[in-house]
Amino acid sequence: MVFALLKYGLNRHYPRVHQFPKPRDLRPSYDVVIIGGGGHGLATAYYLARDWGITNVAVLDKGYLGGGNTARNTAIIRSNYLTPEGVRFYDESVRLYKDLSNDFDMNIMYSERGHFTLAHTDAAIRTMRWRAEVNKHFGIESELIFNDDIAKLCPQLNLSDKARYPVLGALYHVPGSIARHDAVAWGYGAGAAMRGVDIHQRTEVLSVTREGVNGTGGRVTGVLTNRGPIACKKVIQAVAGASGQVAAMVGMRLPIRTIPLQACVSQPLKPFLDKIIVSGSLHVYISQSSRGELVMGGSTDPYSLYGTRSTLDFKEGLMAHMLELFPFLGNVKILRQWAGMTDMTPDFAPIMGETQIENYYIDAGWGTWGFKATPVCGKRNAEMLATGRVPELIQGFTYRRFHDYNQLGEKGAASVGH
Amino acid sequence: MMASRLPAPAGVLIDRSKPITFNFCGQDYTGFQGDTIASALAANGVGMLSRSFKYHRPRGLMTAAGQDANTLVQIGDEPNVLADLRAIEAGLAITAQNVFGSLANDYANVLDGLGRFLPVGFYYKTFFRPKGAWRYWEKLIRALAGLGKVDVGAHHGYYDKQYLFCDVAVVGGGAAGLAAAQAAAAAGADVILIEENVRLGGALNYARFDVEGRRGRGLRADLVPRIEADQNIRVLTGAFANGWFADHWIPVIQGNRMYKLRAGAVVIASGSYEQPLVFRNNDLPGVMFSSAAQRLIKLYGVKPGTRAVVATANADGYGAALDLLDAGVDVACIADLRPQRGDGPLADAVRDRGVPIVQGATVSEAIPQKGNLGIEAARVAKITGQGTTADVDDRFGCDLIVTAVGYNPTANLIHHAGGTFVYNDDTAMFELTALPQGMQAAGSVNGSFDIDAVIEDGGKGGWSAARNAGCKVGPMPTVRNDRGAFGVNHPWPIFPHPKGRDFIDFDEDLQVHDILDAIAEGYDDVELMKRFSTCGMGPSQGRHSSLNSVRLTARATGRSVTDTGTTTSRPPYAAETFGVLAGRSFEPERKTAMHHRHLELGARMMPAGQWWRPEYYGPPERRSLSIREEAAVVREAVGIIDVSTLGGLEVCGPDAAEFLNRVYTFAYAKQPVGRARYLLMTDQHGVIIDDGVACRLHDHHFYVTATTSGVGGVYQHMLFWNAQWRLQVNITNATASWCGVNLAGPKARDVLAAVCTDVDLSSAAFPYMAVREGTIAGVPARIIRIGFVGELGYEIHAPASQGEALWDALMVAGEPHGIRPFGIEAQRLLRLEKGHIIIGQDTDGLTNAIEAEMAWAISRNKPYFVGKRALAIQEKNGIKRKLVGFTLGNPADPAPKESHLVIRDGEITGRTTSVNYSYALGRTIGLAYVATDQAEPGTAFQIRIEKGRMIDAVVTKPPFYDPDGRRQEL
Ligand SMILES: Cc1cc2nc3c(=O)[nH]c(=O)nc-3n(C[C@H](O)[C@H](O)[C@H](O)COP(=O)(O)OP(=O)(O)OC[C@H]3O[C@@H](n4cnc5c(N)ncnc54)[C@H](O)[C@@H]3O)c2cc1C
Repeated sequence: MVFALLKYGLNRHYPRVHQFPKPRDLRPSYDVVIIGGGGHGLATAYYLARDWGITNVAVLDKGYLGGGNTARNTAIIRSNYLTPEGVRFYDESVRLYKDLSNDFDMNIMYSERGHFTLAHTDAAIRTMRWRAEVNKHFGIESELIFNDDIAKLCPQLNLSDKARYPVLGALYHVPGSIARHDAVAWGYGAGAAMRGVDIHQRTEVLSVTREGVNGTGGRVTGVLTNRGPIACKKVIQAVAGASGQVAAMVGMRLPIRTIPLQACVSQPLKPFLDKIIVSGSLHVYISQSSRGELVMGGSTDPYSLYGTRSTLDFKEGLMAHMLELFPFLGNVKILRQWAGMTDMTPDFAPIMGETQIENYYIDAGWGTWGFKATPVCGKRNAEMLATGRVPELIQGFTYRRFHDYNQLGEKGAASVGH
Repeated sequence: MMASRLPAPAGVLIDRSKPITFNFCGQDYTGFQGDTIASALAANGVGMLSRSFKYHRPRGLMTAAGQDANTLVQIGDEPNVLADLRAIEAGLAITAQNVFGSLANDYANVLDGLGRFLPVGFYYKTFFRPKGAWRYWEKLIRALAGLGKVDVGAHHGYYDKQYLFCDVAVVGGGAAGLAAAQAAAAAGADVILIEENVRLGGALNYARFDVEGRRGRGLRADLVPRIEADQNIRVLTGAFANGWFADHWIPVIQGNRMYKLRAGAVVIASGSYEQPLVFRNNDLPGVMFSSAAQRLIKLYGVKPGTRAVVATANADGYGAALDLLDAGVDVACIADLRPQRGDGPLADAVRDRGVPIVQGATVSEAIPQKGNLGIEAARVAKITGQGTTADVDDRFGCDLIVTAVGYNPTANLIHHAGGTFVYNDDTAMFELTALPQGMQAAGSVNGSFDIDAVIEDGGKGGWSAARNAGCKVGPMPTVRNDRGAFGVNHPWPIFPHPKGRDFIDFDEDLQVHDILDAIAEGYDDVELMKRFSTCGMGPSQGRHSSLNSVRLTARATGRSVTDTGTTTSRPPYAAETFGVLAGRSFEPERKTAMHHRHLELGARMMPAGQWWRPEYYGPPERRSLSIREEAAVVREAVGIIDVSTLGGLEVCGPDAAEFLNRVYTFAYAKQPVGRARYLLMTDQHGVIIDDGVACRLHDHHFYVTATTSGVGGVYQHMLFWNAQWRLQVNITNATASWCGVNLAGPKARDVLAAVCTDVDLSSAAFPYMAVREGTIAGVPARIIRIGFVGELGYEIHAPASQGEALWDALMVAGEPHGIRPFGIEAQRLLRLEKGHIIIGQDTDGLTNAIEAEMAWAISRNKPYFVGKRALAIQEKNGIKRKLVGFTLGNPADPAPKESHLVIRDGEITGRTTSVNYSYALGRTIGLAYVATDQAEPGTAFQIRIEKGRMIDAVVTKPPFYDPDGRRQEL
């Protein structure tokens, strides 16, 4: 066995390192308040503390740590986006991910599987080639491949031309990965807490206090929570599904619609599928976790809703299409289904950076694709909060692009692929 | 475990006249019809059914009700089958899952010895150094994980679904459910009663309510025939109400059939899960719930062991002891966890039969047989405090340990519906505090345990549901009996052992210290504890681990159980197969009215959204030749293409022109009747979303075409806007009513003239961009003189029912002129020669009308159209790219593919969108986005093709072919 386990086994007492020190009471003031203790909020705190020595930081979450979309997502990590802004950004995230286990001293089970986005129409083939070309331009391993090669890499897949929507080709992205989503949140949380950040769970931000609001956005001075007020110098919101509601606290209207996204897992099975398979035309994706469960999902629900209800039609549609791709799964069983609330932007790219309100920053618009961005968001948000300058890498994600007709056009690469 | 069959009346489910032989792990066994795999094996003395998930410990029957993961087996290509639910069939071949070696000799069982090196969440703590190490370790972990096996060659089963409707759905056919169904039906409600077991009656079939053991049978004999005779009640047995979805939408799964049930109101009478007693080795085969032992005896006539120790904290344990005694099982001892003797006739009867009862004691350890294959003995020790026992104990040799320490509500569907539970410290139970509208709960799920109270509760639930469903009901029934919730649950049935193997979660092999260690590491919110330890995440979804793990979390964090909360259960209730959910594949396929003609002509069909369209005509090996010939015929003589898939919208009303003026960019107000005009649709960002043609048939009537894939969205878009504008206009999506062909080529007029005599086809009378109504070979038609391919052409729209007649008439008329049908590929080439764009191919999700060089199609003079303001701003700010035509700098270079990038100084400035080789022109032509400063005709730019090679291209103003457009205006 591995040394670390020997250490645990031979120690008479389980080494009770408290990963999350019991939080203090709310302090009256902090340098930085982070609204939202999902992966993004926790990562921001972590890099603030680790890279910039800023530790007088509070992460506030109305629920439990990492319990929002971070807890509900299907953990696909990839960088095969379509816009140069997207590709460079997600590529940095993938690089950071590869080191996270060592950074945290905790195995996030980052598992490189190879990611296939199937094309069932000639239009999709064109989009896949476009993505492959842009990816390669930035040095990212993506290739448009056809059925001969798909059959070699993923022989289980139904490549018959008798299918209702036969597979014609695929964008094959070698670095496509999955990871243990909870561990990412815990690793960031523990690392931040260890360095002195306060993580306050069950602490809901009710409003944001500002001064100098007259005709302008004014300046943020603190937040009011269900546990009392906090004064602070800077605030960043990282609340995914609640983005519109929280932004409204500072009078911002975001071009975001909150739409449920559902997913489900099968009972655990012996490994038979290494690859991550996505089909945009069939609205399905699937991977097999290291526990052996098939992790599956599709596109968002057809309506917006601030709620996480599950539906029957989601499963029925998903399974009908899954069996098109993998006809032999008919006897496999679903164990659990659930939903998250995704913050969808019109161009499927995020909203990051400064806002009209002084000292108020935003990290939103993560829709169905933001888990993979967790490290890069944390790192760049921290840099922005520490230096007061918006890093070049995320400048394209400014909210202003919606006013300036500078949208990013990531839809073709982000809709079902997550 | 030795066991044998008991005489009737034990075994109500089995038919002893019908023996069935099946195979388990390579050996044949015989059971009776009505047996489950597990009961038949138990009757044959086989106690071990599986190996546990992590430590590969032997596991056997625990609930006998299909509620735990211990009984999961593999049957052929079907993984994870519950052996205590699945009936035996002749010849069934069953194998064990997740074993390395055999079930009896599983060498992965070494992990049991290494357990202390595998602490909770051990995989988070290691396997990642040095960087990249996880890649290798993961293979090992993955091989160890997982239960059943998937057979990648298995067949796809298609199962039918059925809809059901009722006033009141009753979930659960035990005493409460039976009473509820009866009460609701009595009020006139149309009732569906859903019971997962094959026999109605629930606990009435197996539990012991009285010393004589007659009460359950008596009540059942009274209730069930009345239910079965009631015309208002439909009974579904062996059926799982597998979830609750909004508005009482309930999937009911019976075998391979899914019923989708919409109920007016719902009564949840789903009972409760018996809960485990936690002690060392409480997972051995032979340790089972009191209800499991009783099920084996009463339902299957199987004697569960020869000598038993019973640990109980309620009357049910004594009931089970009586059943064991009656079945000839020697009961060595009763350990009653309660400090004082539980009074009641059942306890008295057990005592009277000479069974030693130790008060205030528990089973503190099961001593295993060699290899943990079963039980050798039980240690019984006095309880000294919460979860602690005395050092001294008594050892009782036994092969069976039966536990009865309480219940947790089977609240799955209530959770799905958003109902909430709060822990009552007095009863040590989670009790319902809020139910969603239209849902009732009755029986033990609702905290009623006394059998008379259960029946009353059921009656009340049924009454309320009938009222909710709108039935006329009598006065509300009163509940007289005490619900009997006290003295059922032991508040702390958890006795950790210093050496562990005191399991909290059997699916996941989690012991007491695993839960405590997770909490100690800081995962002290119950959700975090669950996620870190994986408690409750296995196949049984916390049915038996949730209550005890929440109790442990509460104590370890110094909170109350209520404050600690509980994790919610999510659908489905029982595992459901992909196949049953999927049902029959139901993908609509749309075929045009001329589909069969294409097939007869040897067309290669390709999907276009839901439609099928001819890609080209001829065998695949002649593909490029066919396309080339088809294109040539259009240029030189005449061709015909099926355009039925184009959208067709009728826009009628006094404001029709004004409406089009607002939703499209061009000007339609002054468009004369009998004229057609190009349509370009943009969204509020000025982004192109569709195009087509507007044909003004009358002042107040436009026939509008849209793209094949766009029409659905266009129609929605129109309705969306007009809901706000409220113009006097009526919009109908008539796509499916019309079929259409495009007749194109220099001979098109000659062909048409042969079959159309009521329209003057002369160029003067019917010029380019005109529209006429007439008849073609007797078929009424709308004839539009347009041409996507740039030749003299007529787009002919006729009623879909006349599609073949239209096609045939034109083909016959065209024969002397050498007419040929052409497919999408030839059309793509021909339109590219003309520089016509295809929305979605030459535009992307952000292409605005100016970038696509479509400014000519934008009317500047009208006050408004959707996207006008956005386009004006973008025009002012300046755009960054332009769609241009190009040809290759060196015609000998290989043609770029569509979507190859345009590169300048190492930066991406654009991409190709359409590329084709034009035989008419003898060179490669294409469309591409380039930077605005590269867009002047004659500008050279570079395209990166395969393998990174750069080739030169030159901006060339389209149309490439017939630039003056003379041919189409002939
Ligand atoms: C089913 C599903 C599958 C997905 N699959 C993928 C995938 O495969 N790959 C991928 O990259 N992405 C995926 N995503 C998207 C991804 O999960 C999210 O984009 C990402 O987790 C967002 O992280 P976050 O930290 O911003 O938000 P969250 O994790 O949602 O955290 C936000 C937190 O803010 C808290 N909060 C909200 N309002 C307040 C308030 N007023 N005060 C205090 N706290 C508040 C919430 O409690 C929550 O914990 C998926 C999402 C879903 C729902």
